[in-house]
Amino acid sequence: MTVLVALLSHWRRHPLQLAMLVIGLAVATALWSGVQAINAEARAAYAKAAAVLGQDRMDRLVPVSGVLAPADYAGLRRGGWPVSPVLEGRTRQGLRVLGIEPLTLPREAAIRGLPGPAEGDFQDFLTGQVVVAAPETLDRPGVAAALRGLEPLPAPDLPPMTVLADIGLAERLLERPGEITALLIDPARPLPGPIPAGLELRTAAPDDGLARLTDSFHLNLTAFGVLAFAVGIFIVHSAIGLAFEQRRPMLRTLRALGVPARALGALILTELLTLALIAGGVGIALGYLLAAALLPDVAATLGGLYGATVPGALALRPGWVAGGLAMAVAGTLAAGAGGTWQTFRLPPLATAQSQAHAGSATALRRAQALAGMALLATAGVMLMAGQGLWAGFAVLAALLLGAALLLPAALAGLLRLGVRLARGPLAEWFWADTRHQLPGLSLALMALLLALSANVGVGTMVASFRATFTGWLDQRLASELYLTVETPAQAVEIRAWLEPQVDAMLPIVDAEARLAGQPGEIYGVADHATYRDHWPLLTAIPEVWDQVARGEGVLVNEQLYRRARLALGDPLPLPGGDLPVVGVYSDYGNPSPQAILGLTSFQTRFPQAETRRFALRLPPEDVAALSAALRAEFGLVETALVDQAGLKAFSLRIFERTFAVTGALNTLTLGVAAIAMLASLLTLADQRLVQLAPVWALGLTQARLARLDLGRTLLLALMTAILSLPLGLALAWVLLAVVNVEAFGWRLPMQVFPVDWLWLAAAAFMAAVLAGLLPALRLMRRQPSDLLRIFAHER
Amino acid sequence: MVLKVKNVVKSYPSAEGRVAVLEGVSLALSAGESLALTGESGSGKSTLLHLAGGLDRPDAGEIEVCGTALSGLDDAGRARLRRDRVGLVFQQFNLIPSLDVSTNLAFQARLAARHDRDWCVHLARVLGLTGLLGRYPDQLSGGQQQRVAIGRALAVRPSLILADEPTGNLDEATGDAVMGLMLDLVAQTGAALLMVTHSERLAARLDRRLRLRAGKLA
Repeated sequence: MTVLVALLSHWRRHPLQLAMLVIGLAVATALWSGVQAINAEARAAYAKAAAVLGQDRMDRLVPVSGVLAPADYAGLRRGGWPVSPVLEGRTRQGLRVLGIEPLTLPREAAIRGLPGPAEGDFQDFLTGQVVVAAPETLDRPGVAAALRGLEPLPAPDLPPMTVLADIGLAERLLERPGEITALLIDPARPLPGPIPAGLELRTAAPDDGLARLTDSFHLNLTAFGVLAFAVGIFIVHSAIGLAFEQRRPMLRTLRALGVPARALGALILTELLTLALIAGGVGIALGYLLAAALLPDVAATLGGLYGATVPGALALRPGWVAGGLAMAVAGTLAAGAGGTWQTFRLPPLATAQSQAHAGSATALRRAQALAGMALLATAGVMLMAGQGLWAGFAVLAALLLGAALLLPAALAGLLRLGVRLARGPLAEWFWADTRHQLPGLSLALMALLLALSANVGVGTMVASFRATFTGWLDQRLASELYLTVETPAQAVEIRAWLEPQVDAMLPIVDAEARLAGQPGEIYGVADHATYRDHWPLLTAIPEVWDQVARGEGVLVNEQLYRRARLALGDPLPLPGGDLPVVGVYSDYGNPSPQAILGLTSFQTRFPQAETRRFALRLPPEDVAALSAALRAEFGLVETALVDQAGLKAFSLRIFERTFAVTGALNTLTLGVAAIAMLASLLTLADQRLVQLAPVWALGLTQARLARLDLGRTLLLALMTAILSLPLGLALAWVLLAVVNVEAFGWRLPMQVFPVDWLWLAAAAFMAAVLAGLLPALRLMRRQPSDLLRIFAHER
Repeated sequence: MVLKVKNVVKSYPSAEGRVAVLEGVSLALSAGESLALTGESGSGKSTLLHLAGGLDRPDAGEIEVCGTALSGLDDAGRARLRRDRVGLVFQQFNLIPSLDVSTNLAFQARLAARHDRDWCVHLARVLGLTGLLGRYPDQLSGGQQQRVAIGRALAVRPSLILADEPTGNLDEATGDAVMGLMLDLVAQTGAALLMVTHSERLAARLDRRLRLRAGKLA
């Protein structure tokens, strides 16, 4: 107990150091656990969605063409097939509708809270007047309006934005009469024969489609979480390392007084664990708040990008809390391992002198530089030999860590050059002293380098993406107006009315189909200059549009092209027969495979597909008048007509929201780096007095010393910012050319935005000012007696 | 008169209230004169030295260095005076760890824009530092470091040299050698020397000796 009191007295005398340790660990844990909370919430939503109707436990038959007619289903039932029909789709409001037939629904597919056949209490359900949904779905604005006139029945097990209804009601809600999208197979009964033609057996497995699609997004978030955590741990490492150095004389004394090294090490370990649990707890609370703040944006992104429905509210999950605490403990132990190990091995006659700035700094810097170069070489090898998303992230990790380890040597080199070029005693001292400070500030500067280069890298990636995306939208959305009609009959009527008034009325038809083994979409397009002149083709054979129009070739999106490793001329299996790939188009924002056929070819292969959407070509100045006339003539709803500008604005809005979270995490990481610098500067402040007091005594004022000290922090931050630029650009290149291709299936041209770099330099400057100002002010306001203590211990 | 100290009073705050360290101390020192200030630990020797160097302000009383009253100077003025007129030698050597011996030696003289290369070369030679000019303080022994500190103080050709236990961290033989060098060089420059020491033996080597007891001159 006495020894523990002696150990803890250090923190009583250095409350700021303790605060920095707790803040660093809490912020690191907060960023990590915040990201994990978001991921956990989203994954829970996917799992819930995947488990609906026992999809994870029951086999099903799926029509190859995408849709099965009720007559075919009836034929199967008559043939003794134990199947139950399902119609699944989304309404225009984004509500996922699952239509079922309770009479034949297998028991395994029952939803808790929903009256099933066993209870015999489902008359209301069968009448087509009841919809079942999670309470939070029913509370959402817009859902009530979509379900007006129906009786809502709450079922908490259903995922958000999903309603379950009798298949007849689902047909009405989805406006898809006479369609069946899947047949659930009763696992309790054997199948009477081989799978009929036109149907495909999909065996029971968790439908991880959504989880798979969104994996890249969550991996990106996790990578950011790891980066932010690592930056935070730099603070912890710095604070713990300094505490150990400052306590070295006390530890030596305790050892000399007979405290066993083992007991001392155990006490330090206990102290670290206690600190980790306290700071981890604070971090988890902060992480929860962070996740709650970011979740609505993430939910919107996942909805916009993948059609995934994630609740906007956060649930507190015990696993997440335990995971966060475990990370805090692991991070603290990793950061404090060196110090604790040294304590275990501390001989009673060890030197009491601090070793923080001993001559070993140069040797350490050299070893770090060698390790850094080895890591950069590893990144290069992985870049050439590695495959997959994890390899991409491994390249990023090796690149970042390698560069961070090389930073002290690079800065030392630049500062040595500064010493050589400096003229005048103050300038010489300024550069030499800055170089002398490097060992103590290295970790904080590494953290700053990581944060800044992540900002440059991700910023360049997002800006490149934005520039490409905007140009791509301009090409792709060439038509002036987009029309969606209620029924095929209305389409015929409107077409007759419209055709004389527009330059062209181009039908947009699509069908769901499996492409290269994954769920995707096939579009049919008319042979028109709109496509020939504007469609953004990445590569194509000559006369590509002629081939497509003649039904002799298919265009594929970049995602499909890359994932299926296709080449021009390769045959692509399609419903109704293979077609050679004749061109590849960019298709940003869509994670799924997609193909384009000529309109005639499409209609032959998908005769049931309805034509209810049209792209209209007309002079832009006529758009408003024609829209008004169309609405007046046919009583079209607001959403039936979307003009080009509106669609572009909507797409860009989704784009911006997608990167809102990235931007927030970027800023927070930079903030953590600023705290890391502040922590290092404050903890080093007392040690600095030994170096500053002689210069003060030789004729410099405290104010001038403080200005120089702030200037030193700014200089180091600026040099780090400059060095972060090539690293950030390398990062951006890896993100654009490797990670994005693996994660989303598209490769973007890299563009550089020097104005953004100026902003970043300003951010680095601000971070350095924030970190350096307080220590400089404290130095300026120190009493002369504090400085004089350096020279003598008596008065 | 290089240094005039008149009725200087100084106290410091403590947990038990303010503690008086100097209570009406007066002394004077002429050019070329050396004065040893002795006394028990806590008698106020170092405090008086710091006040004389303009490193701290007295609560009351007057201090003049080379005819300039320190009370009339602000922080920048006192810093300028230290830089131009005063040479400081401390017990802990207090060299600038980031600069090599050569730069440390000339640092104050260059700050004061009074750097004389020949004089620095002479000091380095006399102090036995010629072979150590490229080394850094942490590569030197205590005696070597103190010789650099003395050289740095003399390089500016100060009017007043203030030395606080300059041999306190050195063994007797090294301390004697360093002391001898310092006194010789001070004599060469014609500066006044005020030295704080515990050692009666060292004090006896200076022109005059004053003893402080509980903040007062005995």
